[in-house]
Amino acid sequence: MSLTEVSAVCTDRVILDRWHPISALAETTPVPQRTQLLGAAIAHRRVGDPEPEVWLVDDAETPDAGPPLPVLVRYGYVWTSLGDPIDLFEIPEFDEPDRRRLNAGSIHVATSAPRAVENFLDLGHFPYVHTGLLGAEPHTEVTEYDVDIVDGEIWATRCQFFQPQAAQNASGGQMTQYTYRVPHPYCVLLYKSCAIDPTRRDTIGLFLQATSPETCRAHNFLCMVDEESTDTQLRRFQQLIFGQDKPILENQQPKRLPLDPRVETPIRADKSAITYRRWLTELGVRYAVVPAD
Amino acid sequence: MLKLYDYELSVNCYKQRLLLGILDVPYEVIPVDFFPGWEHKSEAFAAINPLGHIPVIDDDGYVLRDAHAILVYLASRYDPSGRWYPTSDPQLLGEVAQWLLFAEGTTNTASAARLHDNLGYDFDIEAVRTGAHRLFRVLDEHLWFAERQQRPWVCAASHPTIADLALFPDVVLSEEGGISRIDYPALRRWTDRVKRIPGFSPMPGIFPATPASTG
Repeated sequence: MSLTEVSAVCTDRVILDRWHPISALAETTPVPQRTQLLGAAIAHRRVGDPEPEVWLVDDAETPDAGPPLPVLVRYGYVWTSLGDPIDLFEIPEFDEPDRRRLNAGSIHVATSAPRAVENFLDLGHFPYVHTGLLGAEPHTEVTEYDVDIVDGEIWATRCQFFQPQAAQNASGGQMTQYTYRVPHPYCVLLYKSCAIDPTRRDTIGLFLQATSPETCRAHNFLCMVDEESTDTQLRRFQQLIFGQDKPILENQQPKRLPLDPRVETPIRADKSAITYRRWLTELGVRYAVVPAD
Repeated sequence: MLKLYDYELSVNCYKQRLLLGILDVPYEVIPVDFFPGWEHKSEAFAAINPLGHIPVIDDDGYVLRDAHAILVYLASRYDPSGRWYPTSDPQLLGEVAQWLLFAEGTTNTASAARLHDNLGYDFDIEAVRTGAHRLFRVLDEHLWFAERQQRPWVCAASHPTIADLALFPDVVLSEEGGISRIDYPALRRWTDRVKRIPGFSPMPGIFPATPASTG
């Protein structure tokens, strides 16, 4: 893969015509901040309240000005697009008044956005990578679960796993029920049994900003039912988990996600990953992946 | 109880957790929202450390800042063997001080590169990586010659010191800042030895030791 191909701006219409996260709203500043999206240099700044400005940096000499890009503020994040974006997915529980809504840290990762999505979908790594928190030996079995495409989104249901400390506010081990959802090629959400209220589910999201085909910035999104923990504690737990995943992700080769089903050998536990790869192929995604054809 | 103002992904905070774990000292973590909250730069935190950085400890009212100063204090206060900060051996103590200052250099280079690559900090990335390689080359050569003299640790003793703990995290996490260690074989062997110190604890990004070659 030549450097030109890695640094080239995305030409994939499926990806261009989506909203992409570029910053937590709380982390925007009146001073312009530069970042990268799909190979393009962009910048943003907070003007007035709350709507920020986003623009394309098309001239390195004048980074503080450039053609404006569309802006959407949702779920505590600033989203933009290099194309003509289709509607962003809904997260209905975000509007429940007692939810803790938090930007838990935006962290650069030296791998493609789809690799990060796929890792987020994987239950099998919990006992080995998140030992003592999200999993522990000998409880390594991933039991049968269902994966369906519903209204154009991937839903993995009936997932469960034994977890020694499932969340910041969990006390002791528990069988944790999971539902996973992929509503966007580079965004993934999970719903897991809430440690303090069995009738509700915590929502945790990973919104990936594909900075290039082989790098991304992971925006950790929390929407929790938790009256006790401080913001700092909730962020700390999430960053501990993500910090454990990061080196695993960065060691995967190739960095782009291979979509050809013959390239990597899956096991039964990888059902959601297999569906994700097939779904990307059916959507026609070509950016940050190794297409099947 | 001893309190540690701590951020999970901070290398300098990890050094304290590592030593406290090895010495088996109970302590209370006071989590600081370093990122994305920038709590260490807040007015409230300035009362704890006017320099606005972590770690800081509060040992029953005795407040101390700066990672390597805290290592000196904790080892002197809580290590009855006197080995981790060997005050009774002037030459060894001088070496420990020398390598603690060297570790300030890896903070300014290898740690800076990691903050740039992970959290988007504004550093001259090529300059800090070059600086880290210069230091790693020196440390690798030093450890290579030490191994030839049957000395497994950074300082000339049969046991590790706080110098090993001060240097270990920046070295072992360097790839997160785009600093490859492929050219430093003695560094790799030494990081494996550090991981086998009884009471060793990892932090995110650090893998357990590979199996020892001898029983």
